[in-house]
Amino acid sequence: MVSALGADAPTQPLPGRPGPVIELDDVRKVYRTGSIEVEALRGVSITVGQGEYVAIMGPSGSGKSTLMHILGCLDRPTSGRYRLAGEDVAEMDEIELAEVRNQRVGFVFQQFNLLPSLTALRNVEMPLSYAGVARERRRRRALEALDRVGLGDRVAHRPGELSGGQQQRVAVARALVTDPDLLLADEPTGNLDSSASADVLALFDELHEQGRTVVLITHEGDIARRAAQIIRLRDGAVT
Amino acid sequence: MTWSDILRTGWDAIRAHKLRSMLTSLGILIGIAAVVLTVGLGEGAQQKVAKQLAALGGNLLIVSPGSSTSGGVRGGFGSANTLTRADAEALTSKTAAPDIGGVAPILQSSDQSLVNGSANWTTTVVGTTSSWLSVRARTLSSGRFISDADESNAGGVVVLASDTATELFGPLDPVGQSVTINSVPYQVIGVLTSAGSDSSTNLDDQAIVPISTASQRIVGGTSRSSVQTIYVKAVSDGRLSAAYQETNSILQYRHSITASSTSDFTITTQQSVISTTSSVDNTLTNLLIGIAALSLLVGGIGVMNIMLVSVKERTREIGLRKALGGTPALIRRQFLSEASMLGLTGGLLGVVVGVGGAVVLRHLISNPIAISVPWLLIAIAVAITIGIGFGVYPAARAARLSPIDALRSE
Repeated sequence: MVSALGADAPTQPLPGRPGPVIELDDVRKVYRTGSIEVEALRGVSITVGQGEYVAIMGPSGSGKSTLMHILGCLDRPTSGRYRLAGEDVAEMDEIELAEVRNQRVGFVFQQFNLLPSLTALRNVEMPLSYAGVARERRRRRALEALDRVGLGDRVAHRPGELSGGQQQRVAVARALVTDPDLLLADEPTGNLDSSASADVLALFDELHEQGRTVVLITHEGDIARRAAQIIRLRDGAVT
Repeated sequence: MTWSDILRTGWDAIRAHKLRSMLTSLGILIGIAAVVLTVGLGEGAQQKVAKQLAALGGNLLIVSPGSSTSGGVRGGFGSANTLTRADAEALTSKTAAPDIGGVAPILQSSDQSLVNGSANWTTTVVGTTSSWLSVRARTLSSGRFISDADESNAGGVVVLASDTATELFGPLDPVGQSVTINSVPYQVIGVLTSAGSDSSTNLDDQAIVPISTASQRIVGGTSRSSVQTIYVKAVSDGRLSAAYQETNSILQYRHSITASSTSDFTITTQQSVISTTSSVDNTLTNLLIGIAALSLLVGGIGVMNIMLVSVKERTREIGLRKALGGTPALIRRQFLSEASMLGLTGGLLGVVVGVGGAVVLRHLISNPIAISVPWLLIAIAVAITIGIGFGVYPAARAARLSPIDALRSE
């Protein structure tokens, strides 16, 4: 599966990068609201190797959302170094970050974040269109990704016509379709019932077994324990 | 992301809110419809003028006698008699007047009664020469026109205009038949092709006789060589002013006039005749231009308003698009394409309504309305431009959103 998805040049993982996928070195993040400063991350250092399955766990307010934003290149650290797949992203500008998000990170959100007016297929195609993949190839790869998550027969359905579990699987397909270095899931089962949750988590297990690097952010211990490694966060620092 | 992807994304967003998009386009629709009607009225008036010019015979100068009373001295035989057939003859000189292509003196009398058996018809009898046909740019539907021989022997022949022929002979061919004018029989030798009407007269209701016949048998009067009007045709459109100069100097010389202020004749052009008789309804045009400008402005503000709402409403979508790799430039283009499509929708519907309105209005007002395809395309381009112009600010706001804040928004 991985090799099939990696067939296209623009999103193929760059060769010659055997090092870790995530290298976070003493990352700090400070938010300023007027004169008040909030230190959301106080020197976090994490390393996640290729093919690892890591859960980041912590109560709300522990800084795990901030960490997720930085890991997903949605935000820049105030200080410290962040290398994603060997590339230093801490100093990148907005356009470069958009490209990194597009090609190196696959997001799975708690709210699914599918566009309701588009079919499952076109939702999955979206990252590829930003990557500049030609329409025909885009379609083929989106179909493969949907097949991969077991929704090959639902490609023409809109999100409203799919169950929560199916919607989240579409979102996983969208995250996979660019063949990213990192699959970043933020509370992916937060809006699902237990059987759909089990379904989606089983999918993550499978992806991990196939060699994907998965980082899962959650506040539930049961879910975190499925990962090979748990990083606990409290008050902006790894405990 | 290719342009077709961006346009497709914009179109998807328009379709997702059909009613709202339609209402937003309404302002632009009205504006564009008004533009189409305004342009249509203007073009229609121009075409009408051009048609009248063509009907009257192009490149035409009209020489009328004795309008000048300045000084009171140069009256001659009275203001109506200052032009003669000899004047007309002099204008045909190829050496003195190389830019004059044809000359037709006219001696006419209205309210002449023409009779064919039991049918009678009152019309204008025009006496002229054989060159009248080419000078007035007319053609014959049957028979022949007055010849130089008819002219020299003051023959009793007549050429009927199409309406006159129908009134007297119905569907029958009048050529070879005879009609009486003032109880004198004339042989019908030809019928003119229909030419419509100019601003004041029906060109299809008249009877043409040789000018010698007219002066001897119909118009009468003391001075048998005088004419009422001389039509002068320039060799081409571009030579009209040269022909004007030549006509003026020849006639001044012949009438021994040294200063133009004492001229005993007037030369007018077709253009000056037309411009005084057919004026476009300016009030209507101004009103429509006002409506067009206002509704395009209001329509543009409407587009901006809806786009701002749309950006606010779809903050989460924008965040998602950014997370998936959308750069600020691509997000901006997406919203600009959406705004331009709102403009395009309004423009297309406006063109439909405008053309429909033109078809209806044609029956309600006397002014003709022309629909010109290049102008319709320009109108649509204007609509798209307005959409883009008023979409710039909302699109810039969308592009500026930070992905985290956008994703967090509910």
